[in-house]
Amino acid sequence: MRTSDSLRKTYGETLVELGKDNKSIVMLEADLGNSTMSSLFGSAYPERYFQMGIAEQNMASVAAGLSLAGKIPFINSFAVFARGRAYDQIRSSVAIAKLNVKICGSSAGLSDYGDGKTHQSIDDIALMQVLPNMTVLSPCDAIETEKMTKAMVECNGPVYLRINRNDLSLVTDPKADYKIGQMTEMVKGKDVVVFATGVMVQQSIQAAKILEKEGISLRVVNVSTIKPLDVTALQSYCEGVKGIVTAEEHSIFGGLGSAVCSALSMKRLPIEVLGIQDSFGTSAENYSILLKHYGLESEDVAKKVRAVLSAN
Amino acid sequence: MKYSQEQIIELKRKAIQIRANILEMIPPGKVGHLGGSSSIADVMAALYFHTMEVNPSDPKDPKRDRLIMSKGHAVLVQYACLVELGYFGREELAKVKTLEGMLQGHPDMDKTPGIEAVTGSLGQGLSVALGLALGLRLDKLPNRVYAIVGDGEQAEGQIWEAVMAAHGFKANNLTAIVDFNGLQATSTTKEIFPIENLVGKWSSFGWNVIEIDGHDMVQILDALEEAKAFTEGPSVILAHTVKGKCFPFAEGKAKYHNASMTEEEYKEAWVCIENLKREVEA
Ligand SMILES: Cc1ncc(C[n+]2csc(CCOP(=O)(O)OP(=O)(O)O)c2C)c(N)n1
Ligand SMILES: [Mg+2]
Repeated sequence: MRTSDSLRKTYGETLVELGKDNKSIVMLEADLGNSTMSSLFGSAYPERYFQMGIAEQNMASVAAGLSLAGKIPFINSFAVFARGRAYDQIRSSVAIAKLNVKICGSSAGLSDYGDGKTHQSIDDIALMQVLPNMTVLSPCDAIETEKMTKAMVECNGPVYLRINRNDLSLVTDPKADYKIGQMTEMVKGKDVVVFATGVMVQQSIQAAKILEKEGISLRVVNVSTIKPLDVTALQSYCEGVKGIVTAEEHSIFGGLGSAVCSALSMKRLPIEVLGIQDSFGTSAENYSILLKHYGLESEDVAKKVRAVLSAN
Repeated sequence: MKYSQEQIIELKRKAIQIRANILEMIPPGKVGHLGGSSSIADVMAALYFHTMEVNPSDPKDPKRDRLIMSKGHAVLVQYACLVELGYFGREELAKVKTLEGMLQGHPDMDKTPGIEAVTGSLGQGLSVALGLALGLRLDKLPNRVYAIVGDGEQAEGQIWEAVMAAHGFKANNLTAIVDFNGLQATSTTKEIFPIENLVGKWSSFGWNVIEIDGHDMVQILDALEEAKAFTEGPSVILAHTVKGKCFPFAEGKAKYHNASMTEEEYKEAWVCIENLKREVEA
């Protein structure tokens, strides 16, 4: 059971809960267990917790081996290292082989605000979704994180989970069923649809409120499975709208925006892609300053909505 | 003795000032890598204020020695040296890790004068240092390259790729310094990822290994001289250190790898600095 609004703590706690009965689950960590929260699993089941040291490449291929031996390995680190440092290992040992390895990219996006460029993961969705066989998940709150973590154990195959370091306000319905691949309408609306992921779901919900005062009705859809993208659902949420906006805390290249644009290329509707322009991150005193700096606030979503409307 | 008493005392003063500068950057409540910055502070004082050829008035002077902070998270200690040398103004210290500041959470060669490479993703700095060393050699420049690596960082496979390559290329203008503080991010190296017999490992890969107490200024200077004098290949200095050195509440504790101090700890830290100053002058 979820005990807080923290995505990473919820992730760790959920695996402890699942690991009780499912003895196949094993965790691998690269000296960041107190940040990724994999340490919770380590305390509960020390024999199924592998501290691999600061050696992410080895960790990824060892996970492939554990999976070949019938285990369900979860590898953990900051998103930049978990999927970046070990990229070819994930590509070759894991993705090509379609192995049942789960990758948790923690402190994703700009959420590691103090540490700067090297630590801020603005390119992880791109690198992971381009890999055949890889499922890419991006939860927007702790409720969704709990459900996703459970679904990751149930599904067979490589999965990348992108987790924000900071607590995010709860917006999804705890009682609703969840399955990988679904997208959820968070706010009903008819003029424009915004497809958002991660922290941009909350920002988009706020944007809908701003726009409502201006007489603009914004539909907000949470796309928490970036891959495989449910194109049928995507198209149905575009019915009747005058334009589309995508919103993500990720580079405008290769992320949700790119995926939506290629899926809807025949739609003939104006699309605006909101994300981090072609730039790396930077250090800042807190997370919200960075969201503002990179134009990822509710007002920025609203601006994009107005822009697609004026393109009509 | 190769160095005058006055020289040693002056370097000890610098080491204290470096630790004071580190404190200035992370007032209570501000998170920073205190532990790994203070463990290597004495070595850094020796490098920047004695051994290395640097030119603060022209940070890109081709005839300079290079320092690559492979354990990039400890960049505070490098900022602490660079500010003393005048690479940037003291007012930058308070702005570390802010949006307006030039001092980033990890080394950023574009934003900060005196920073030679981008590091922060562990395990890459020694390779970059090797490349620099090979380039300097091609240009027939006499300058040397120093790479500071962590003991936890030794787990990265790329470190050992660089170790083998540097030996193969007989990079005698390259010196690696391992901050052997026995701790990494979440616990001791012994618990997280024990690597036995580091001396044997480096030497079996063909490096000249020098083992020292990384807080003993004379030993540090001797080791750096010895590394310079060794011309057959690269040298590594395994510097036994204490993480959080000089700040008793932080010494030997993984918690202060990257943490913020309380008001009380911060006051205590400044008392430590004052005591150290008195000791040196006595
Ligand atoms: C590739 C990579 N993996 C993980 C990290 C996160 N990290 C930063 S510092 C650190 C521990 C470093 O320990 P050590 O090398 O012993 O440095 P020191 O004790 O001198 O601080 C870790 C795991 C990182 N920066 N880069
Ligand atoms: Mg260490």
